Amino acid sequence: MIPIEFLLLAFLAVTAIVIARLDYLFAAAMLTGIFSLLSAGLFTLMDAVDVAFTEAAVGAGVSTVLMLGTLSLTVREERERPSRILPFVIVFLTGGALFWGTLEMPAYGDPTATIHQYLAPDYIAGTEAEFGIPNIVTAILGSYRGFDTLGETAVIFTAALGVMALLASGRGRRGEEKK
Amino acid sequence: MKIPLMRMREKLVVRVVSRFFIPFILLFGLYVQFHGDFGPGGGFQAGVIFTSGFVLYGLVFGLENLQRVVPWRVVESGASLGLLLYGCVGIASLFLNGNFLDYKVLDPHDAMHGLHLGILLIELGVGLTVSASMLAIFYAFAGRRTA
Repeated sequence: MIPIEFLLLAFLAVTAIVIARLDYLFAAAMLTGIFSLLSAGLFTLMDAVDVAFTEAAVGAGVSTVLMLGTLSLTVREERERPSRILPFVIVFLTGGALFWGTLEMPAYGDPTATIHQYLAPDYIAGTEAEFGIPNIVTAILGSYRGFDTLGETAVIFTAALGVMALLASGRGRRGEEKK
Repeated sequence: MKIPLMRMREKLVVRVVSRFFIPFILLFGLYVQFHGDFGPGGGFQAGVIFTSGFVLYGLVFGLENLQRVVPWRVVESGASLGLLLYGCVGIASLFLNGNFLDYKVLDPHDAMHGLHLGILLIELGVGLTVSASMLAIFYAFAGRRTA
């Protein structure tokens, strides 16, 4: 019996290759949604439920819709076939570097890894004792690293402002009142 | 609305099914928002899920109808109010003789309750900002005409 992780990873690889080879951008955009859903499944299997949640909602949901929206404003087919050798070399080198980097990493789930020795035990013990809530991720995001989360919220707000300034110019409130 | 998906409003099955699903998506978003302390999720995920209900409505029933439900004005002020709420929680804890974003002082009698209140409020702020920002980005993309 093949573990489901390998199956998901294989599907992930197949999806990525198909996305890279497709000329029809509409289908490629839909496939990126499937790619995100598969990675969400992988994250769930690694017990990173909050990450999986975000990946499914943002990657498979909103960003696919935004990509389709972009396609509706531009074209749906790749017009010219660019050279595929240089991108392939770059991707191959990047992937190789990443693989090389993982060699130095501690084994997955290794309790003696440095990252599990430093702050994580405090967080795990403190969440139940200090907060009385079971979700450690919420305790870390909301309280231990509340400053970070404030910054992240500001980043999202700024991103929305930027998109509004760039894309919604001349429309929005004034355009709405004109109608 | 020139997205091919926008022609979905002519499809009977899509209309009926999405009309059936949207309330559940919104309810699930609220659940993730307010149950984030106990289950997976939190303000960010909840905001995105909540917005995806509206985006589905917009895709099926048209952007004009969606903007009648949630006008630009609401989106703009929602995004700012969420961040403001987050910042105000921090400033409130400063005024109550605590550190910035020290939720324990929010309830002078019960520190644990203050903590929960603080986390609930900032998660609400995050959720509000995220859902309004996502909707703003969707509006900005979908509201443009093809060049």
